Amino acid sequence: MADERKLAYVMAFNEAVKQQMEADPNVFCAGEDIGAFGGVFGTFGGLQAKFGADRVVDTPISEQAIVGLGVGAAVTGLRPIVDLMFMDFICVALDQIVNQAAKLKYMFGGDAVLPLTITTAGGGGLSAAAQHSQSLEALLCHIPGLKVVMPSNPYDMKGLMTACIQENNPTVMIKHKRLLGMTGHVPEESYSIPLGKGNILRPGNDVTIVAYARMANEALLAAEELAKDGIDCEIIDPRTLQPLDTDLIVSSVKKTNHAVVVHEAVRFGGLGGEIASQIQELAFDYLDAPVTRIGAPFSPVPFSPALEQHYIPNAKTIVQGVRDVMARV
Amino acid sequence: MDRSPTDISVDVQLDLHRRMVRIRLFEEAAGRLAESNRLPGFLHLYVGEEAVAAGVCGALNDDDHITSTHRGHGHLVAKGGDFNRMMAELMGKATGYCKGKGGSMHISDTSLGMLGANGIVGAGSPIAVGAAFANRYRGRGQVAVAFFGDGSTNIGAFHEAANMACALHLPIVFACENNEYGEFTPRDKTMAITDIVDRAAGYGMPGVIVDGMDVIAVHEAAVEAVERARAGGGPSLIEAKTYRFYNHHGVQNLGLKYRSDDEVAMWKQRDPIFTLEDRMIENKAATRDQFDAIWAELRADIDTAIAFADESPYPTPDQIMVGVYTSMTGAQ
Repeated sequence: MADERKLAYVMAFNEAVKQQMEADPNVFCAGEDIGAFGGVFGTFGGLQAKFGADRVVDTPISEQAIVGLGVGAAVTGLRPIVDLMFMDFICVALDQIVNQAAKLKYMFGGDAVLPLTITTAGGGGLSAAAQHSQSLEALLCHIPGLKVVMPSNPYDMKGLMTACIQENNPTVMIKHKRLLGMTGHVPEESYSIPLGKGNILRPGNDVTIVAYARMANEALLAAEELAKDGIDCEIIDPRTLQPLDTDLIVSSVKKTNHAVVVHEAVRFGGLGGEIASQIQELAFDYLDAPVTRIGAPFSPVPFSPALEQHYIPNAKTIVQGVRDVMARV
Repeated sequence: MDRSPTDISVDVQLDLHRRMVRIRLFEEAAGRLAESNRLPGFLHLYVGEEAVAAGVCGALNDDDHITSTHRGHGHLVAKGGDFNRMMAELMGKATGYCKGKGGSMHISDTSLGMLGANGIVGAGSPIAVGAAFANRYRGRGQVAVAFFGDGSTNIGAFHEAANMACALHLPIVFACENNEYGEFTPRDKTMAITDIVDRAAGYGMPGVIVDGMDVIAVHEAAVEAVERARAGGGPSLIEAKTYRFYNHHGVQNLGLKYRSDDEVAMWKQRDPIFTLEDRMIENKAATRDQFDAIWAELRADIDTAIAFADESPYPTPDQIMVGVYTSMTGAQ
């Protein structure tokens, strides 16, 4: 549609927060620099002016207390959105995320509801080096009690962020820093995308590429390249990593008989290993070749662009990965 | 120890006494059950520190919130916890407060505003800050209290929580139980100050030291701090100097000798319950017979709780996955 409304990924996030704050007075935001400054990536821009400093709260640089603020407010009846500026900083707050937010409702015998959204920004590609570029989603997906979301485009961002805020469990919404400026169709009215439901980004018949966040977009570029050689890729974007839409992935692999799993996180111990295992457990007889995993090398994210561009997987490495898996038939 | 008459009404004194006796009886019973291997897991007993939980919780309303520690039974009892459900939880039974999912270290009752004992030292304080934030946000005049030990003031979570509470001027009271030991290590080996209250000034909140074996003193300080918080006057810190009569965990000494017999005996001389009873009798506020009747009544409640817990079923294996996530329609 020529007249369809376009919005940047960052503003899709912002609009979801704004609409949910309008709809539910129990929703508030807290984090470093998110108030008057609007967040270092502009994600919370204009919200304090609209909703006031009591609902869009500037906090000290205190990640444990920021998440603790969210846990305590959620368990006593509010619906907090707490922001950790960079995903790397979840490590500073891990006790509150892993031992408190994820577990309280279980340890309390179900006598607790934690409608908490933790938002953060992950991924590399900005020469931000090893402490501001990580993709630590596998670590979070390993924790029962958390839900983990990584949108690859503006439409999904708004719908998934809306779902996170409305969700009655702790969710971690991971924005990708390199996608903040990506524009796409985003309806103005509020809508939500169910957590745990993946998306077929591109239908195809020859090989299934499972990719999320920025890598889903790289996979789309790779698929265009591979199409020139007559390789028809189906791209599955799980969108939510915990819970994972295993059914969608497996049914695709049963059709294509080949699978490549791509993520920006380091390959060893990454989510690709879990996805590959699910595929071999549930679709072993359908596979014409072993599942291929593409991820970063097992090193911290390097600073220099000369290094980082070789570190993060991209369309080219995905093309090569697909060619390899097809060649093993 | 102050033995003079107090301005606090006899009813309030008896209420504080009752909270302390309930804690003592519950903990002594739990200790006996643990000694005979009838309780699984770890057990951190609150005996000796009763005046702190009782004095502070006696200053709270039912809808105020508290966060607790690994030594958390006393806080739940003081906030009105039900013996039956507590004892069942300690035994890992399906009828327990946490349906056997939490145990001693995670015992909680959100309907009483008790947001959980906590197995992580220091972790309760940031959660109390969140409860205090929510309380102010709703504007119904509720306050939050973070209970924590001297040892937890050495962990970052406490610092972040205290600073954030003061920066946001939240309705919260930080209630420190300084029992002089972090597990088995004396306080003077782990910090270069004697009084935890010295830390309060660094956050910009008032702090006060009270005799943690004197429930009246604790209560008076708590009333002042809670009123300050409720009136919008921001956070404050109470340091209650107290002592645990048993070990860090369990009831056995485990062959460890980290406290002298003289030291333990000295603190037991200052037993918070017996000193209150003596003081009230001396001041003609109550009689020995009255106290004997209270102990007998509450002992019977404990016996009932143990029987209830014994007769309760264990959770079935199909319950393992229940409660990992809350369904969208509400808590499971």
